Amino acid sequence: MKQHIEGSQAVAHAVALCRPEVMACYPISPQTHIVETLSLKVKAGEIGNCQFLNVESEFGALSVLIGASAMGARTYTATTSQGLLFMAEAVYNAAGLGLPIVMTIANRAIGAPINIWNDHSDSMAMRDAGWIQLFAEDNQEAVDLHIQAFRLAEELSCPVMVCMDGYILTHAYEVVDLPTQEQVDAYLPPFEPVQVLDPQDPVSIGAMVGPEAFAEVRYLAHDKHLRALEVIPRLSQTFQDIFQRRSGGLLKTYHTDEAETILLALGSVNGTIKDAVDDLRKEGWPVGSIALRAFRPFPSHALRHVVEDAKRIIVIEKDLAVGKGGIVSSDVKMALQGLPIIVDTVIAGLGGRPIPQASVIDTVKQACLEGLEEPHFLDLNWDAINGELTRQQAQRRSGSTAENILREIGAPGASPI
Amino acid sequence: MSYQRVKFYQTGTFTVGNRLLDESDRTVQAGMDRTNSLNSGHRACQGCGEALGARYALDAVMRATHQQMVAVNATGCLEVFSSPYPESAWQIPWLHSLFGNAPAVASGVAAALRAKGRTDIRVIAQGGDGATVDIGFGCLSGMFERNDDVLYVCYDNEAYMNTGVQRSGSTPPRAWTNTTQAVGTDPGNPMGIGKNLPRIAMAHGIPYVATASVADLHDLEAKVTKAMSIRGARYIHIHVPCPLGWKSDPAHTIKVARLAVESGLFPLFEAEGGEVTDRTPIRKKVSVEQYLELQGRFRHLFHPRDKGALEAIQAMADANIDRYQLIPSEA
Repeated sequence: MKQHIEGSQAVAHAVALCRPEVMACYPISPQTHIVETLSLKVKAGEIGNCQFLNVESEFGALSVLIGASAMGARTYTATTSQGLLFMAEAVYNAAGLGLPIVMTIANRAIGAPINIWNDHSDSMAMRDAGWIQLFAEDNQEAVDLHIQAFRLAEELSCPVMVCMDGYILTHAYEVVDLPTQEQVDAYLPPFEPVQVLDPQDPVSIGAMVGPEAFAEVRYLAHDKHLRALEVIPRLSQTFQDIFQRRSGGLLKTYHTDEAETILLALGSVNGTIKDAVDDLRKEGWPVGSIALRAFRPFPSHALRHVVEDAKRIIVIEKDLAVGKGGIVSSDVKMALQGLPIIVDTVIAGLGGRPIPQASVIDTVKQACLEGLEEPHFLDLNWDAINGELTRQQAQRRSGSTAENILREIGAPGASPI
Repeated sequence: MSYQRVKFYQTGTFTVGNRLLDESDRTVQAGMDRTNSLNSGHRACQGCGEALGARYALDAVMRATHQQMVAVNATGCLEVFSSPYPESAWQIPWLHSLFGNAPAVASGVAAALRAKGRTDIRVIAQGGDGATVDIGFGCLSGMFERNDDVLYVCYDNEAYMNTGVQRSGSTPPRAWTNTTQAVGTDPGNPMGIGKNLPRIAMAHGIPYVATASVADLHDLEAKVTKAMSIRGARYIHIHVPCPLGWKSDPAHTIKVARLAVESGLFPLFEAEGGEVTDRTPIRKKVSVEQYLELQGRFRHLFHPRDKGALEAIQAMADANIDRYQLIPSEA
């Protein structure tokens, strides 16, 4: 049923159809509309016997789900930014215990300075936690990925994050084809846990593991992600059979055949990028783009296969590894090792900074004609940066502020620098 | 649920559980065919109060629930000594997640049981004082606030023992720990600070709060059993001496625990809905010095004699006796 609906409400609708049994939530912008809508649905009795717990923190929220999931319940929560970092310890723990929790990340920057707008710093900070990370390009895909996420999580017994851009998607009204309960029931079987707390068959979950076995446990987590690389495309195909639309998968290509330059990005900016590709193609530039759906596990093999004939990959990423550069581009470089392909890093959209189509087009042309510095920051205000660097330099001088001012204007009698 | 025939090493005392009484009055531990939540062979230190308290508490829960129970454990001594992979001393479904989230994890277990309509299975959470009073305090308060159907048991050995004896929010005044050394003008843990978690639990207005001690295991079992007859959030704070951290003789664990109770420093009481409803009277009051001098962590109060500190601690004990009316004649 096609409906003009807000992204958050569409996601809440999809989650409700997945029949979660326990949800624990703590509010934080821009995730709030999702949990508000779900709390209403639970209280109105629209989601079976679902328990909705209002908790004291994000750490508490995910901890509740750890207990509920270990008891065999299908569980869900949503968070973002500072909230995700506050629950970080539990994020790692849920993955280590192999609990198939599904969590929406309404991607948002991390402070300081405090900033509530979209970038991907938050989920990137949890990159190595052992969660599968799927990125939605638009609200239709956000809906579809959530339904796939529950099945993926439960097939592998591994937690899954569905990442959607805060505000850009969560608060956007678009036409979304909302699935029916019959479709979701046909796709998603009831949750059958691989290990559960049961008085009839007691097990100890979460035992202490020493050096003699810890590496093996970690390898098994890695192996689970390698299997996810096969399961994700299969579940995407099954989804298409039932819902009659293509959604999910490891990555999605756009005009990559015969492309010399390929742009690659996560999330909603792929809409802008596809428009830029269209414009560049009209001007005769052989460009294409790839929207990465799965960031963890990283689809190295699939990516290599798609881009092997290209000359240049430009990774546009909404995150920054401070002191290094790009996070996604590092993964891309590693995936393409040995191929004669240039990989450029473009850091863009931090803290909600718009990524205009014109800037993308200019950057592609600059990369192809002159090359880019590594990493390249899109649309930086260099006046502001240089001004602040100068001010910081001035502060390092010894003496009082007044003395420094006198020195700067060259007043007679001021002490030498 | 597996059963292990219990090995009795002691006979006929408080410890074994009143086997001379009528069968109906006997404790869980007095039965030769009792269930065993925590198997022998775990790696707790000799004389560990926590191992003793946990086994009695959980066995009482097992009996009260007809073995239909799940235990959630915080990180700490109890978790570490009982669960080194590939062994586990637990005979019950047992889940350890993190140091600071046992109350929330237990809330999740309870919520899953509600969602599945399982009213027969009950959940308890347990942790040491560090997990309870300090790092897990927020989650515990949230669990109390929602009145989730969880019994939380705190085993209070008054410091972070698992990491090698550092101060917690439950460390008593003047006690030596590795982060409150007995040096300088203010030796040991500072006076006049600390957290009284049973009273904070009472302030949440939850159905049941109690304190218990491994010095009176019959009373401990009775309180756990009573707690399991109630639905909603319940809290039991059990005083468990730690020979390692307290620098006391492992053979004196029960004796030290009893002196804490009989001096008034660890009052035994029950509270329902935020009001004290019952207390265990002190039969023979002892001075705090008799309690403190058995423990190396207070040695600096005696050599040389720190009269001011001893008087201040005695005043704390007397205030407890007064507040909880522990000596009937003074009531």
